[in-house]
Amino acid sequence: MANVLVNAPKTAKKGQVVEIKALIMHVMETGFRPGTNGRIIPRNIIEDFSATWNGREIFRMKMSPAIAANPFVSFSAVASESGIIAFRWSGDEGFVAAHQVDITVT
Amino acid sequence: MTGLRLAAVLIAVFTASFALAQGDGRRSGYQDMSPALQKMQDDDTANPAMLFVQAGASAWTEKAGAAGKSCADCHGDASSSMKGVAARYPAVAPETGQPVDLEGRINLCRTTRQLADPLAAESDGLLALGAYIALQSRGQPIAPPGDPRLSSLRAEGADLYKRRQGQLNLSCANCHDDNAGRKLAGASIPQGHPTGYPIYRLEWQALGSLKRRLRNCVVGLRAEPWPYEAREYLALESWLMVRARGLAIDAPAVRP
Amino acid sequence: MNTRRPEPRGATPRLSEAKSRDPFCGRQKRGPSATLGATALCRRVFLASAAAVTIMPFAVHATPEALAAAIKEVTGDAPLREGKVTLDVPPLVENGNAVPLTVSVESPMTAGDHVKAIHVFNEKNPQPHVFNAWLSPANGRAVVATRIKLADTQKVVAVAETSKGEFWTVHADVIVTIAACIEGVT
Ligand code: HEC
Ligand code: HEC
Repeated sequence: MANVLVNAPKTAKKGQVVEIKALIMHVMETGFRPGTNGRIIPRNIIEDFSATWNGREIFRMKMSPAIAANPFVSFSAVASESGIIAFRWSGDEGFVAAHQVDITVT
Repeated sequence: MTGLRLAAVLIAVFTASFALAQGDGRRSGYQDMSPALQKMQDDDTANPAMLFVQAGASAWTEKAGAAGKSCADCHGDASSSMKGVAARYPAVAPETGQPVDLEGRINLCRTTRQLADPLAAESDGLLALGAYIALQSRGQPIAPPGDPRLSSLRAEGADLYKRRQGQLNLSCANCHDDNAGRKLAGASIPQGHPTGYPIYRLEWQALGSLKRRLRNCVVGLRAEPWPYEAREYLALESWLMVRARGLAIDAPAVRP
Repeated sequence: MNTRRPEPRGATPRLSEAKSRDPFCGRQKRGPSATLGATALCRRVFLASAAAVTIMPFAVHATPEALAAAIKEVTGDAPLREGKVTLDVPPLVENGNAVPLTVSVESPMTAGDHVKAIHVFNEKNPQPHVFNAWLSPANGRAVVATRIKLADTQKVVAVAETSKGEFWTVHADVIVTIAACIEGVT
């Protein structure tokens, strides 16, 4: 299981705009670097990152090799209703990771 | 007087003057970084080293080895049992009477307490535990123990620190004492204090130990780096901690 | 083997002198700064050529044409206007491997008027794409932050696409310096 660090408030007022930050451990190998043997190290990146709030997509990002290793992404969201914010990362070599957090909206 | 004895005397003098920890001009490499990198280090929700801290926190409670014990089984809550520990190492391990650095101490518990294999140098597992333990000393002043069994090691370190080496024929002191604060190509030369280890170095795109950092400086001198298990690192680490006495731990740090 | 020592301070050549001769150390901060025997050290410490390969995030470069084409792919024939977008990126970074970047766009983020997407491009990495992010009124604010790799001193471009079909843009220049005392391939 991938190592993920997500930061989102546990509670929010309805209509409040909250900031959500997500970090994940990943090499983000560009596919343009020669290795010690002189041959190019194959690309191995996360390409897609998405977040849903109670199943509704609220954010999606397509990454390229220009995203730094151990990708960090932050975005905001309007607190709509209590429930689950779920995150999903997928990419090369069959990489998939998921994480979710609970949020209470009052 | 041999070089070593001279170094030992110098250390005594040096250490005494360092007792005035504040306002003596010593500073963490943190202060040589741009505001953007300082911010990256300060924000635990953005500092990539925190991914390793999290991994270390879960390793802390995992049972391992033939003893089937976790670190937590013996040490309990790390936030109290490990507070200030990273600020003291290298120190003498009571079991062996030998000096060890923090990584060495962790592996001593792995092998003699958990009856497990040691974790490899620079492995994610070792770095993660090191980062988790170091985090418990955040803000604590570096406090090398007053153990006389460490004196000769520190003297060796001080000696190495001042010795010119490599094709560049420079010593650590040439950069970190004589030219700290100046620029080497684009990079600021820091004073070289080990306040933030293990660090997430952008150059590595990963977490790495003080040994790895020292290896980089040795390679920078165009000298052959010592193997990971070499006594030279332990000596340099011990001396660097004495030299940084009183500076606050800011691990896990971000460095360029 | 040359075991030259750093030259005495006053006699130190300026970085700009080293720059023209040294492809690697040429990527450093411009302007006056104290240097340590810049030419000799710079070449010797930094041009450990094996290391040079490993520290480059990328080995080949995109072109300004590729950048323009990538932007065109997003905007089509719609006009691209300067404004509304803010690109917060440090003007000078110590290492191009992780450059913090925040894009924010002035927008009410309502159903009728919001930012649909933010696209970020660069000039000199091997590919012009950095990321595309898709937004909606559910975001409340059109702000996205991440960390990117920049292979060299270069231009970064952000383009925002609104629900009304408008495209707004801004660009920033980032100077990338090189970390010192890097490791060779071991
Ligand atoms: C079976 C019990 C046991 C287990 C399991 C154990 N340790 Fe220890 N550890 C000790 C003892 C006992 C000492 C102190 C040795 C002494 O002072 O005699 C110690 C000392 C230490 C110290 C030095 C503390 C100081 O104040 O100097 C560190 C750091 C440490 N252990 C880390 C770990 C880690 C990390 C793990 C898990 C990988 C671990 N230990 C597992 C028993 C254990
Ligand atoms: C040619 C100049 C030079 C020499 C000689 C040199 N270093 Fe360094 N050292 C640097 C630079 C520059 C950095 C910072 C690199 C960066 O951030 O990109 C650094 C970083 C460090 C750091 C990390 C400090 C921090 O904030 O984490 C330590 C520790 C260190 N050096 C110790 C040593 C030791 C020990 C030696 C001798 C074996 C040595 N250095 C020799 C230039 C030098």
